[in-house]
Amino acid sequence: MTSAAETSLPVPSYELRARRSPIQRVWRIARKKPIGAVACVVCILLVLVAVFAGQLAPHPVDAQRFPRLQAPSATYPMGTDNLFRDMFSRIIVSSRISLGVGFGAVFVGTVLGTVLGMLGGYLGGWVDLLIGRLLDVMLGFPPLVFLIFFLSIFNSKGGYSMQSYLLVSLAIGIIIAPTTARIVRGSVLSIRNLQYIEAAQCVGNSANRIMWRHVLPNVVAPIIVIASIQIGNAILAEAALSFLGLGIANATHPSWGAMLQDTRAVWERAWWTAFMPGLAISLAVLSFNLFGDALRDILDPRLRQGS
Amino acid sequence: MGQYVVKRILFSLLVLLAISVIVFSAVRVIPGNVCHIVLQTPDVTKEQCTVIDKELGIDQPMVTQYFKYMGGVLTGDFGKSLITKRAVGAEMKDRIPLTIELTLLSTFFALVIAIPIGVVSAVRQDSLSDYGLRFLTIGWLSIPSFWLGTMLIVFPSKWWHYGPPVGYVNIWEDPLRNLEQLYLPAISLGLALSASLARVTRSSMLEVLRQDYIRTARAKGLGGAVVVVRHALRNAMIPVTTLFALQVGVLFGGTVVLESIFSLPGLGGLTLSAVRAKDYSQVQGLVLLFATVLVVLNLLVDLSYAWIDPRIRYS
Repeated sequence: MTSAAETSLPVPSYELRARRSPIQRVWRIARKKPIGAVACVVCILLVLVAVFAGQLAPHPVDAQRFPRLQAPSATYPMGTDNLFRDMFSRIIVSSRISLGVGFGAVFVGTVLGTVLGMLGGYLGGWVDLLIGRLLDVMLGFPPLVFLIFFLSIFNSKGGYSMQSYLLVSLAIGIIIAPTTARIVRGSVLSIRNLQYIEAAQCVGNSANRIMWRHVLPNVVAPIIVIASIQIGNAILAEAALSFLGLGIANATHPSWGAMLQDTRAVWERAWWTAFMPGLAISLAVLSFNLFGDALRDILDPRLRQGS
Repeated sequence: MGQYVVKRILFSLLVLLAISVIVFSAVRVIPGNVCHIVLQTPDVTKEQCTVIDKELGIDQPMVTQYFKYMGGVLTGDFGKSLITKRAVGAEMKDRIPLTIELTLLSTFFALVIAIPIGVVSAVRQDSLSDYGLRFLTIGWLSIPSFWLGTMLIVFPSKWWHYGPPVGYVNIWEDPLRNLEQLYLPAISLGLALSASLARVTRSSMLEVLRQDYIRTARAKGLGGAVVVVRHALRNAMIPVTTLFALQVGVLFGGTVVLESIFSLPGLGGLTLSAVRAKDYSQVQGLVLLFATVLVVLNLLVDLSYAWIDPRIRYS
């Protein structure tokens, strides 16, 4: 077998290995994970599109001066909708809400999940028990049903506003948090009895300081991985909510899910009105999923078994 | 075993209790007055509100209201709809069969698609078909079920002028017509679910296929298919079941969207119309029902593990 030959090879010492520049290191990773690298580029492009949507869109989103229901062509790359608007411009601008809510929700979910997982994992005992039960209660709600319920009560006005944005992100964050919390808790458990933590305890550090200064930096890798994997789910959740009319989109601030709902009456007559927004959602989710997958393999191969 | 079962049941009851308190109190912090919703107009006099509050019992302290409500729920009385005045329980009862049927059909499609893919992918690990199937499943994971449902309406209609029959009939009246109405939403939902199931089937099969007893079975001279199906697949199904139980909640959410797209009168459609009409007593009943079914299903899965695997109940 090859393993015997490999172990007998002399291990090159650190000095002998050529130092790699950051660009070389990125290139090496990209060659090893070509799909992940492509996905990463697409993700970056999507973010750029969202940031510069105003400049990139050929027409204003609410301009209603185009021929109605034109099939995709050179003039209208994604066709026009039932309200005389250019679909391509709307798809581009929609990336703002979809990615904005996606990132916002993952931020909320990651912070919430990290705090809960850290407290439960490090303090243990009744705190852990209590947090565990809290997570079980959260998982007792079907996710979308929870979102509908939460938003119908706390965001009954809806519409495009900062408050709506925060509430939708909070709601999706809450359904994301339990997964993050479980993974953080597991990682914390695996390092809390290591010697350097013991040493930090011996010199009299408070539990609070140890958790944030010594434990947190060592569980950052799994947190980044799980956050990147959850972006796709958050985008899907936002799309479903917008589709159901519970998101933050309106006529001048479209989102992919809402576009799909707006054109509902003409789907069968104009296939592109149903096809294009969904394609945008799937492309975004796919690239974030593939990117997250590759990141997981690079940063934390242990998580592979879990999913 | 007995002790474990009792502990798990008590524990699920506790979760349900917490859920009921959350749902109940959330509904009572709604901004705005209930009488506006009941009378469907913003101009109401104070007297009208007092009468309605008394009628609905919301003039009493919240704790009293909670116990009254839960007492009703335990006997199947979920109160009355704020808008239609129909009993919430009766409304749900009418719509449960459709949602159950849709959920079961979706599960059927999900398993029929996921398991063969997972098995083939695992048996031919690292082959071209494995890579192809893995890429396909990760692609599926990214497709929202409501978009898939939309495509299944749009393209058959464009190409063959085909659409499922409108006007819902239940399965006892006309089973064929009923199935024709349900198979498209079920496929949309089943496909979305099958992606994650196929991935878990693959990884769990890979683990099982490397074990000694599989080698023993092969050494005995058993054929490949027998080993894979009878020896490996059976043991590989445990993690698949776990994931499935976790995904039932996603399935419920999916029924809400797909019932809306295909205009089916199930619990999901009811949830949406109740939310839009701000019929909070109906919403409350529905959320409680969905959560209860989910918690009970997870309890049953946990108990079945303990029954299959003695290590769980002694740990």
